[in-house]
Amino acid sequence: MAFPLETAAHAANLRRVVIEPVSRVEGHGKVTILLDAHNKVHQVRLHIVEFRGFEKFIQGRPYWEVPVMVQRLCGICPVSHHLAASKALDIIVGARQLTPTAEKLRRLMHMGQILQSHALHFFHLASPDLLFGFDADVAKRNIVGVAAVEPEVARKGVLLRKYGQEVIRYTAGKRVHGTGSVPGGVNKNLSRAERVELLGQIDTIIGWSVEAVGIIKNLFIDHAALYKSFGRFDSNFLGLVRADGALDLYHGGLRATDAGGGTIFDHADYQNYYEYIHEEVKPWSYMKFPFIVEKGTEAGWYRVGPLARVAQCDFIPTERADAERIAFKAFDGGAALSAPLGYHWARMIEMLHAAEGIKELLLDNDLSGGDLIVRGERHLRGVGVIEAPRGTLIHHYRVNEDDQIVSANLIVSTTSNNQAMNEAVRQVAMQYLDGRQLTEGLLNHIEVAIRAFDPCLSCATHALGKMPLEAELVDADGSVIDRLSRDTV
Amino acid sequence: MTKTCTFTLDGKTIPFEEGETIMEAASAAGVYIPHLCHHPEFKPHGSCKLCTVNIGGRLGAACTNRAADGMKVESETEALNADRRALTQMLFVEGNHICPSCEKSGNCQLQAVAYHLGMMTPHFTHFYPARDIDASHPDVLIERNRCILCELCVRASRDVDGKNVFGIGGRGIKSRLIVNSASGRLADTNMSVTDRAAEVCPTGAILRKRHGFTVPIGKRLYDHQSIAEVPVAGMKEPRRD
Repeated sequence: MAFPLETAAHAANLRRVVIEPVSRVEGHGKVTILLDAHNKVHQVRLHIVEFRGFEKFIQGRPYWEVPVMVQRLCGICPVSHHLAASKALDIIVGARQLTPTAEKLRRLMHMGQILQSHALHFFHLASPDLLFGFDADVAKRNIVGVAAVEPEVARKGVLLRKYGQEVIRYTAGKRVHGTGSVPGGVNKNLSRAERVELLGQIDTIIGWSVEAVGIIKNLFIDHAALYKSFGRFDSNFLGLVRADGALDLYHGGLRATDAGGGTIFDHADYQNYYEYIHEEVKPWSYMKFPFIVEKGTEAGWYRVGPLARVAQCDFIPTERADAERIAFKAFDGGAALSAPLGYHWARMIEMLHAAEGIKELLLDNDLSGGDLIVRGERHLRGVGVIEAPRGTLIHHYRVNEDDQIVSANLIVSTTSNNQAMNEAVRQVAMQYLDGRQLTEGLLNHIEVAIRAFDPCLSCATHALGKMPLEAELVDADGSVIDRLSRDTV
Repeated sequence: MTKTCTFTLDGKTIPFEEGETIMEAASAAGVYIPHLCHHPEFKPHGSCKLCTVNIGGRLGAACTNRAADGMKVESETEALNADRRALTQMLFVEGNHICPSCEKSGNCQLQAVAYHLGMMTPHFTHFYPARDIDASHPDVLIERNRCILCELCVRASRDVDGKNVFGIGGRGIKSRLIVNSASGRLADTNMSVTDRAAEVCPTGAILRKRHGFTVPIGKRLYDHQSIAEVPVAGMKEPRRD
């Protein structure tokens, strides 16, 4: 189905404004806006213009290669793909319960990933908009501008990210694209000396994370009208929660709630994710549109990521982050919970949780254990789900008896947010662009809405041979003269 | 027998025993000459040409030319290393060598030689050949995309394992690693994962199944030393893992 402003009735007669590339996001995308002579907005689309195809070209590869290969999807959150694939392959090699050392080392790796990715997004990509204003001078609206005006903020942002990268290096062997996680466990532990080295900075990192939460919280307080209304819309949420309802970014059951907080499903076993989530394809984007089966394509789209996770969980199992969660949910009667800019606030709460979690894990002697890999009864199918920085990440593989990948399905966080991002840019277009003369600053409002989701567009486009193609020949009045279509394979 | 004969290699005096090749004598003396198809356990093959050296004014493979008393050999010259680099680049583009996702990365001689020779890019246009994987064997995988036709597996299977599992079929650019079974599948041979042929591949073309990436980064053979620096325990000891 088409949503309001998704498809204009008479596109051919409208003026087309293009934001390309969308900047300060990972990957390549563009936004097209169709306007009439009075600058009234008729169509807004976020297009993902790149194509990756990992689902296809890993077919035939030996399964143990997959956690290392698929992480090349991304240079920002490779650990998420590395771990999601490993978790799926744990099922395939019969390792339903990892050793304590393996599970905790993976959790530490993941916390490092959350910390560095969230710091990167907030400080490097989003803070220029938030600190200087959405329509500030474009020459200043970047991380170099932040460093010039707020050098301490920029410095701490860079060092927060660096620390997260170091945690990844210690656990995966490299800051980017390491090999630490293997089917059934990990290939190394962490020595006591390594733990001591990382612990040396952790209190500073926690302190800076608290400050980061304060920055965005104060922006919400100081600019409440803007922050709670900017691009606001209601939606369902999806994310993993621990068995006791706690925020758990590494493992848990699927929880989906509607805009009113009502439960759609809870603690669902993600091995059967396809009973709960389906994907729709649209002819104008390489990115699919997932939806909750029970609610259908029209009402079943949902948001994932920090906002969904912090809003949905019953508590955060680290003290300071949970206190911030309570403040976040209480702000203006819950106004931040459906605001796209609430993503930033929730993201910083998660960064604080990651910093606290890293400290807890580093103090755990299990990290230095020697029992790294377990194996059990082989299976031919496995699903791995993890809460990546940008949201719920699903990896699903089938293998044959010869150990080769037969098929793969990747539902990436940004894919899950596809409809929500489109909704956000349409809301912003209506709020700020409709009927006005467009300026660079106004168009940046569109990008601000997209950036709130921290999209990773290069992670999100994989299907090959599944896209329906539809070409229409339209005359000047918008009447369809001819149509050519290829259905989904 | 004591070594009484010597030759010079890049000006350095290298002692040798009668019958030794330049490569054997250099290895025993701890001097590295780049190579891929040579392995001290097996008869010289002379096919990769990486070990080509200048022997008194003529070019020859160090692995097949015997050392002679008083011989002057040059190896580390700019011209020879440029040729070696070009040969290595050609090996990369003739196959499909995707180091970022290859489990042999860090332990791969092709990769290590490329680093040693300062290869920064493949330079030549990739062939992207369509090659297959034979995953039929329960414990051993053949990944033909990474085969450089060094024939070490052929020699190991024939000369050490006594099984003659592998061979090279086709000609020229269509040469390929084949399996000596009626079906052409590895599963239909008597290959065992404990065979020497299962371990000798210098790249990631023949692999033990289900063991990829179990050695962490930092513990791999070439993580902290170049291929030229890997200690050689003795002339009969392999330089690699």
